[in-house]
Amino acid sequence: MRNYNDKMSALRYVDSVCLAALESALFLDTHPDDCVALESFRRYNSMCNQAKSEYSKKYGPLTLAHAGDCKNWEWVNQPWPWEGGAC
Amino acid sequence: MWNYEKRLQHPINITKPNAKLAQDIISQYGGPDGEAGASMRYLSQRYAQNNRNVMAILTDIGTEELGHMEMIAAIVQQLTKDLSMEEIVSSGFDKYYTDHTLGIWPMAAGGVPFNANQFQSKGDPITDLVEDMAAEQKARSTYDNLLRLTRDCPEVYEPLVFLRERELVHFQRFGEALRIVQDELDSNNYYAFNPAFDTTTVGMSNTRCNCRK
Repeated sequence: MRNYNDKMSALRYVDSVCLAALESALFLDTHPDDCVALESFRRYNSMCNQAKSEYSKKYGPLTLAHAGDCKNWEWVNQPWPWEGGAC
Repeated sequence: MWNYEKRLQHPINITKPNAKLAQDIISQYGGPDGEAGASMRYLSQRYAQNNRNVMAILTDIGTEELGHMEMIAAIVQQLTKDLSMEEIVSSGFDKYYTDHTLGIWPMAAGGVPFNANQFQSKGDPITDLVEDMAAEQKARSTYDNLLRLTRDCPEVYEPLVFLRERELVHFQRFGEALRIVQDELDSNNYYAFNPAFDTTTVGMSNTRCNCRK
């Protein structure tokens, strides 16, 4: 993962690599034998997972899977997506 | 089973409230071609499909549409934040406000509530996929209309451009899914039987990926 020092850019990075992974997945649903697309999915999906995990460690959990990483129950304190600002 | 991610698929940061626009944009939440209907349509249609590709594309696009519902709701919420009573009345938002205050409720721009009759789940793969392709085009036209209404409002315009693009991608994928279904049928008569219902059908091919790691 690239080194982002602000929360907003880190989240934009999550958005972009996860969209690339989703786009590859949709393509594979109708082209399951396309090896290039599968390689692209593997690459972006691993970037997406890593980006979410690193974001969650640094700025707070994006998913319940990462919610146990903090000392407190940070899930309720992190902004909800519609609240704007960072999300 | 679904897992929630505490982020929007594409960022929305609207700084200037505009209750007039909110009333137009809410149509893509609960209107006839909105994201709620899209999601319910695809996720409901999955169960009667018998082709593995179609089950997958309906699941993945239906899931993405849930994320689009959340984006539209975020736009409406941010457009109606911190409204004064004067703005509520002068923008015509008072009718919505009477029943929902500033809560988000699925309805069309004209006030018609969300209704399952806005989509079909027919249990016939060709019928359902043709409906899905039409649904994506109808949603694209709605976004085109909304883009004309929001030209002066880049904070609203930009995420709508993103959502419009997703309709095009989904239309393409549903077209491919329809082709996959038709390739497994007799091209002299695609409608000889319903491959998801009639038992006379030959086994649908089970596509496997040959490119293992």
